[in-house]
Amino acid sequence: MHSEGLILFFLAGIVMVGMGVLLSSLLSPKKQNDVKEEAFECGIPTEGPSWLQFKVGYYLFAILFLIFDVETVFIFPWATVMKEMGMVAFIEILIFFVILGLGLIYAWKKDALKWE
Amino acid sequence: MKFDIYDFSVLTASIHQLLGEMMGETAVMITEMVIVGIVFLTLFAILGLALVYAERKVCAFFQQRLGPMRVGFWGTAQTVADAIKLLLKEPLMTKSADKFLFNLAPFIIIVASFMAIAAVPFALGLQAIDLDIGVFYVTAVSSIGVAGILIAGWASNNKYSLIGAMRSGAQIVSYELSVGLSLLTIVVLTGSLQFSEIIESQREGWWIFRGHIPAFIAFVIYLIAGTAETNRGPFDLAEAESELTAGFHTEYSGMKFAFFFLAEFVNMFIIAAIGATMFLGGWMPLHFGGFTAFNEVMDFIPPIFWFLGKTAFLIFMMMWFKWTFPRLRIDQLLTLEWKYLLPINLINILIMAFIVLMGWYF
Repeated sequence: MHSEGLILFFLAGIVMVGMGVLLSSLLSPKKQNDVKEEAFECGIPTEGPSWLQFKVGYYLFAILFLIFDVETVFIFPWATVMKEMGMVAFIEILIFFVILGLGLIYAWKKDALKWE
Repeated sequence: MKFDIYDFSVLTASIHQLLGEMMGETAVMITEMVIVGIVFLTLFAILGLALVYAERKVCAFFQQRLGPMRVGFWGTAQTVADAIKLLLKEPLMTKSADKFLFNLAPFIIIVASFMAIAAVPFALGLQAIDLDIGVFYVTAVSSIGVAGILIAGWASNNKYSLIGAMRSGAQIVSYELSVGLSLLTIVVLTGSLQFSEIIESQREGWWIFRGHIPAFIAFVIYLIAGTAETNRGPFDLAEAESELTAGFHTEYSGMKFAFFFLAEFVNMFIIAAIGATMFLGGWMPLHFGGFTAFNEVMDFIPPIFWFLGKTAFLIFMMMWFKWTFPRLRIDQLLTLEWKYLLPINLINILIMAFIVLMGWYF
């Protein structure tokens, strides 16, 4: 099958979840009451809203990930042609990794990798 | 392949021909699509049921219990019974939840794993879509799942869910780097991103044997990062039962919860299958250069069994991890990735590139 077939898999996933949810809504009992619709927080009523500002550490790692993930995307084509290009490709990736490594060391020294 | 009978493309070609005699071109295409769709839906369900059963049995044996024994022979029908039970459960939703996103999250997670399984090579000629950027595609698509987890945690409007989702987000995006880079170590050797070519290049021996120590290091890193990517123990702090009740799917019940569960197990299968393909030769039989008689005997075993055997081995390893190591804290988790695995991985790729440059691999 060609790459257009991916649409088929996309649809199959939707069909699977859709069918499951539909079937369960047809078969399952429905007895609503107020207590059931409460958020579960160990039995006591919920205190305050849950949609609030969150610890910034998570976002810091997300930004770090973004930088390194883009680098990984650059390495993919390099890895594919490394065997054919030989020495030139090796020296180029060496320079690339030195710059990348400097970035990692900088983040490390700035304590960006430390969880507080 | 020595034996043509093991080549699934003969079977698929004959089905294609048979359909072609019966109907027009467009109808053939639609029928084939429907067949492939149904096959993969069935595969998905069977994988989920079998892996949940395996997980419970393996867990039980590690703890010197028997595990499920009542339903069916040795409890084999237990997971089917569980699936029916989940189907009949009442779907609950909290008052304050974001209704649209709450319902959307299971779709995103299941679609992501469906798209990823499309590129898995099961046997010779038995692969839904053989993309020329296979490795890249799988790493890209499998990371969409994290969006589903984040949406689920956010939409539930529950503090446990939110903490679980945030932890999971930080964890999956971090370990995705290591998964990608360890796969790239092997891509340097093969010079191709296409799964069929990668498997073909392992005809003389698997990369884990031929790639010297860097290949083995990459394999170990892949296993660790892959376990973390599927949110499994010891990296299951996104749904750590003892502290977060159930993490990001605390508020989900019935069938929607079942889909989160199913996606976790199918993702585990995908991680193991890709690992088996890249490092352990996929469906290639075990060959040693020079031992002709031994190689001939190994060729008798059909490729599909080789693939399933290797995948089952890796899945067993991941279950073994879960029941052996204690759960990591979030700071330990991030330290492990950013201060150990990532630098080791970068240096490992350089060493592998040097080995390829010198032609030192077998």
